[in-house]
Amino acid sequence: MKRRDFLKNAAVFVSGASVSLGALELLDPRQLLAANPELRWGFLVNTHNCVGCGFCVKACKVENDIPLEANVTRTWVERYVITKDGDVVMDTPKGALNGFTSKLIDQNQSGMKQVDDEEIAQAFFVPKLCNHCDTPACVQVCPVGATYQTKDGTVLVDRKWCIGCGYCIMGCPYGVRFFHPVEHVADKCTFCYHRISNGGNTACAQACPFGARQIGNLRDPNDPVAKAVMNQRVGVLRDEYGTKPQVFYIGLNKEVR
Amino acid sequence: MKGHVWRPLLVVIGLVIIILVARMFYVPEDFGAQDRGYTFGYHRLSNEQEWKDYPAKYQDSEYCSGCHDDKTEELNAAQHGMIPCENCHGAAFDHPDDPEKLTIDRSRDLCLRCHSELYMPSSGRNDIPGVNPEEHNAGLECVECHNSHNPSLEEM
Ligand code: HEC
Ligand code: HEC
Ligand code: HEC
Ligand code: HEC
Repeated sequence: MKRRDFLKNAAVFVSGASVSLGALELLDPRQLLAANPELRWGFLVNTHNCVGCGFCVKACKVENDIPLEANVTRTWVERYVITKDGDVVMDTPKGALNGFTSKLIDQNQSGMKQVDDEEIAQAFFVPKLCNHCDTPACVQVCPVGATYQTKDGTVLVDRKWCIGCGYCIMGCPYGVRFFHPVEHVADKCTFCYHRISNGGNTACAQACPFGARQIGNLRDPNDPVAKAVMNQRVGVLRDEYGTKPQVFYIGLNKEVR
Repeated sequence: MKGHVWRPLLVVIGLVIIILVARMFYVPEDFGAQDRGYTFGYHRLSNEQEWKDYPAKYQDSEYCSGCHDDKTEELNAAQHGMIPCENCHGAAFDHPDDPEKLTIDRSRDLCLRCHSELYMPSSGRNDIPGVNPEEHNAGLECVECHNSHNPSLEEM
């Protein structure tokens, strides 16, 4: 290869590579706000307020006809206990359908573990749900166009169109998708699309007594969620995947995965 | 070209035409790349409306206040005022038509969701007075002693 060709190719490669890196750029809510003036649903979780009562999980299951005893759920709450030695102990019994009533932390095969109060440095709850990403990995992998994103940003599944191949369940970095035990199709949180589109609140946010969950319009500068996302220190889960999640967390720790 | 080339070729062409015709009837008209383009918006548009029409189960506490205003007033003035009625009584659906009555959950588990004592120093759980379920009057329902709508210890 000639020296000139090498330099040319190198220049092309580097500029090409920087473009794809640019696509992974951190999401700036202000940019989003300017880009589309209408409606983009977003969600705000304040982990400080969550007490782990699990009423959100129960409300979600009842509202969306997910069998209560089935081992799947559209939203769940995780408990994190971080010891003074830096160990992280985490569990979510039945997705917190019945809340957290015991100090015993379920460690699956290794049984129940109890951390003494004096050993605990930090302990808190983190509610999880679909992030309704701006560039959802689960939608990209659907081979039949059964899962998609609406204009207002929610990611939905067409139950008549889904063939149950499970690609989206594997594709989601957050593990929020599952196989519906009754409908036999892929299922996920819809942000209670039937409620929010008709002027209501999501079942989980309405059930939360402490305001730990809020849904709002990220395009409306007067919306409390949009304001908090803009003005407060919020974090998102697994930013490095480039999916641009739209569920924002106040009080996120690096231990939360 | 010879027949042994044409014959299978015709079969293939025939198959392709049959599949294309079948597809024309099978794929609904509103199926296609919508607002979010081919990558994220390739779907049947009418499914959005189907999801919007999904039946809601939960009303809200304001709905209850229309008929149970005494309970609403009592609750709102008390320490439990922030808990929505339907958290404890279940989703309203079309109550009072269907179901006529909502459930009354007197189980200890209901209260222990919030009041079981855990040490959670970086969360709101620590601000709620907790009891040890094994020690605090085990075997008795909480509501035998406490008023669930107004749990004030002074008014016990
Ligand atoms: C349109 C009026 C109306 C509304 C609105 C209403 N209720 Fe009722 N509720 C009734 C009537 C009537 C009964 C039956 C009373 C009876 O038979 O003692 C009832 C019964 C109940 C009972 C059972 C009482 C018992 O003694 O068994 C509960 C609990 C209850 N309602 C809770 C609620 C809650 C929570 C809401 C709000 C989600 C609500 N109701 C909304 C009219 C209403
Ligand atoms: C913390 C849970 C909780 C909340 C919140 C709650 N309730 Fe109750 N409610 C109960 C329990 C438990 C009983 C049964 C009390 C008993 O047996 O002493 C009850 C009883 C009732 C009854 C029937 C019994 C009676 O005394 O006539 C009605 C009606 C009722 N609640 C309505 C409401 C309404 C309306 C709201 C919202 C404003 C509400 N409740 C909020 C737990 C709750
Ligand atoms: C959603 C969470 C939640 C549930 C469920 C709940 N409570 Fe409470 N409870 C609270 C909060 C929050 C307070 C107020 C604490 C405060 O004011 O500092 C409270 C206060 C109390 C108090 C007064 C404690 C004190 O020191 O003054 C009692 C007693 C009580 N609750 C009993 C019950 C009983 C009995 C039930 C079940 C019917 C119940 N609670 C269900 C959250 C809950
Ligand atoms: C036999 C009656 C009785 C029963 C049953 C009972 N309690 Fe109590 N509870 C009391 C009395 C009396 C007090 C106040 C004196 C005290 O702190 O022990 C109290 C105090 C409390 C307090 C306040 C504790 C504090 O430190 O401020 C909470 C919270 C509470 N109870 C919740 C519950 C819950 C939840 C249940 C059911 C799992 C329950 N109680 C069952 C009688 C009862």
